[in-house]
Amino acid sequence: MDAMLHISTLHYLVLGAALFLLGVIGVLTRRNVVVVLMSIELILNAVNLNLVAFSRYWGGLHGQVFAIFVITDAAAEAAVGLGILIAFFRNKETVNVDEVNLLKW
Amino acid sequence: MAADPTNHMEPVATPFFFYLLGGLMLIGGVLVITRKNPVHSALALIVTLLAQASIYLMLYAPFVAGVQIILYAGGIMVLFLFVIMLVSIERSQRERQFNKQWVVGMVAATALGGLFIAVYTKGRGIFPEHALPAVEAQNTQNVGTLLYGQYMFAFEIASLLLLVAIIGAVVMAKKRI
Repeated sequence: MDAMLHISTLHYLVLGAALFLLGVIGVLTRRNVVVVLMSIELILNAVNLNLVAFSRYWGGLHGQVFAIFVITDAAAEAAVGLGILIAFFRNKETVNVDEVNLLKW
Repeated sequence: MAADPTNHMEPVATPFFFYLLGGLMLIGGVLVITRKNPVHSALALIVTLLAQASIYLMLYAPFVAGVQIILYAGGIMVLFLFVIMLVSIERSQRERQFNKQWVVGMVAATALGGLFIAVYTKGRGIFPEHALPAVEAQNTQNVGTLLYGQYMFAFEIASLLLLVAIIGAVVMAKKRI
């Protein structure tokens, strides 16, 4: 019970791992491209949570700076991904990842 | 572990807020990957992001929490909602939501979860409990000093990356170049 009530760094890491798993499940099982991109955001957020938790654990702000860089990357990824999605929808009239098979052997 | 009691307040009821916000995050995450309507997924993701920003506050990272709210909940999610409204979602809502490989996907995710459990149960000695270091009094100022000092080069690369992303997004979304 004490381990449940005393919030340590491990608690934040487990929370981040759970969020990461949810994102992985979303990426692997969903067919809608928009939801797949949102699941990638979930994964990036799980990583950010770990970075900030370790920043608190070790002291210093390097983890937080790294989290800000990850947020920048997430913004770039979302912009490019959604641009690709719009181009894809214009050509195929669908948002289904299963129909992205032009390069499939 | 506040360095100076006049600058910091000890967080109140940390376990309660941790489980409340963590639960909100996980419920939001589950809703993101299960909802049929992508708009509902986006709204659930906003709940997750806001709860996570509050958890950043609990970890004494107010600047990252602010960036999270402004950039993620305010910027990226609005982008998502706009794109959902640009593409037609009626057809995809009538279709099957999960792909044919979902069993394989769930097996892979379960394996990953088992790996996480193994790592965190066997490897908890790697992160021994120690008294957490004192919090720096000026978070935003110190983050700014790091960004414009030690991480100057990475900061410039990030701005270049954003420029490339802007051009790429415009080129992709434009009808005729």
